[in-house]
Amino acid sequence: MNPSAQTMNPRRSPRVKRLLLAGVWLLLSGCASGPTAHPHDPMEPFNRGVYQFNDAVDRAVVKPVATAYRDVLPSPVRTGVRNFFANLQDAWSGVNNALQLKPQATVESFVRVGVNSVFGLFGLIDIATEMRIPRHTEDFGQTLGYWGVGAGPYVVLPVLGPSTLRDTAALPVDMQGDAVNHVSDVPARNSATALKLVDKREQLLDASKMLEQVALDPYTFTRDAFLQRRRNLVFDGNPPDEEPAPDAGEPQ
Amino acid sequence: MNRRGWLQALGLIGLTGVGVLRLAQAAEEAPDALIQRLTREALDTIEADKAVQAGDVARIMVLLDQKVMPYLNFQRMTASAVGPAWRQATAQQRSQLQAEFKTLLVRTYAGAMSQAKNLTFEIKPLRAAATDKEVVVRTLIKGRGDPVQLDYRLEKTPGEGAGWKIYNLNVLGVWLVDTYRSQFSQEINAKGIDGLIATLSERNKANAAGSAQAPKG
Repeated sequence: MNPSAQTMNPRRSPRVKRLLLAGVWLLLSGCASGPTAHPHDPMEPFNRGVYQFNDAVDRAVVKPVATAYRDVLPSPVRTGVRNFFANLQDAWSGVNNALQLKPQATVESFVRVGVNSVFGLFGLIDIATEMRIPRHTEDFGQTLGYWGVGAGPYVVLPVLGPSTLRDTAALPVDMQGDAVNHVSDVPARNSATALKLVDKREQLLDASKMLEQVALDPYTFTRDAFLQRRRNLVFDGNPPDEEPAPDAGEPQ
Repeated sequence: MNRRGWLQALGLIGLTGVGVLRLAQAAEEAPDALIQRLTREALDTIEADKAVQAGDVARIMVLLDQKVMPYLNFQRMTASAVGPAWRQATAQQRSQLQAEFKTLLVRTYAGAMSQAKNLTFEIKPLRAAATDKEVVVRTLIKGRGDPVQLDYRLEKTPGEGAGWKIYNLNVLGVWLVDTYRSQFSQEINAKGIDGLIATLSERNKANAAGSAQAPKG
């Protein structure tokens, strides 16, 4: 036996184990729903609480504002706003495509930013799409996924909505990558962030209306769709099959 | 010389035989060709039919029954969404589940029809062996904005020349049947199969009432 390992192990290992156990217990203690719990959603009771909070905020403030935004502003203005933020996102996508070693997507992302910033009035007009330069949206959560970091449990974030543990960890980096957060003038920065959120919600107005109609349980529907969608994005639209689907129905 | 003539005749017969075989194979439409044809027809219909554009559920249902249902294994879709409880369901429950699920799905897409204008599409090269019994056909629907990923899972119907049937579809990376599986099992665990049927039917009635009110409000 290695003496140094012996002196190290008895001291550290139980403590580490205890810490790990405590962590696992903390995670699982949120899991009050028992054996029927979704394997990717051990924190379901907590998540449902945040979901309800978000839903209340949405009904009271965000959705009415987004609806008014759509009703008041003409479509070209809203398209301009959308294009402007998408242009900023394209720059960050370029960085993430580079981090994912995707040369063509990297080049196309930066060419898009160049074309739209110079010829498209600082991104208000999406000329690059007209020129058939495709968009490759990537964020840091997808970059982590590309390098093999698993999604981890499903997390519903206050106000921001569905996420995973990995994507939540990536969020601070994504915020650094968002040019809006580098505006030094605080009121301008806050207005831009608010406008960006309203624009995003406005794009989702039809989808959320559909969700109300087709989902038996909007929470579960959102979760199951979101997790699949994220996984699909990480694998650029071509994810490997997960464990064989529990195709329980007999063929006839 | 004579011998050569025989050989030529044999060759001709052989070639004809191959030709007949080819014809038989062509009669069985390849899965990607099927999707190509169905997508083409669907987009043309949406483009031409004002009732479909307006999201008229009754009209869409008629067209769906005529043109799409023969190529869907809707029983498998429903069974897969319902999960293990499907085995315990009676024949009547099964047909009710299928009918209610279908109505719910049609309503899902009916609302999107008004936006489906001037679309084109592209079928990605099929990656499958000739002997495969199940394949995925990948397509991209292009309109204004980013293209929409639309994939289909198809199964080969047992029997000669019986063709292919769709049993799941994927919009933007989200498989339709899989998205309903957890919700259905929640309902079944709480209220049983009849409970699920009742929930689906209530939802369909509420949706029908809601969309009937919408034009006025």
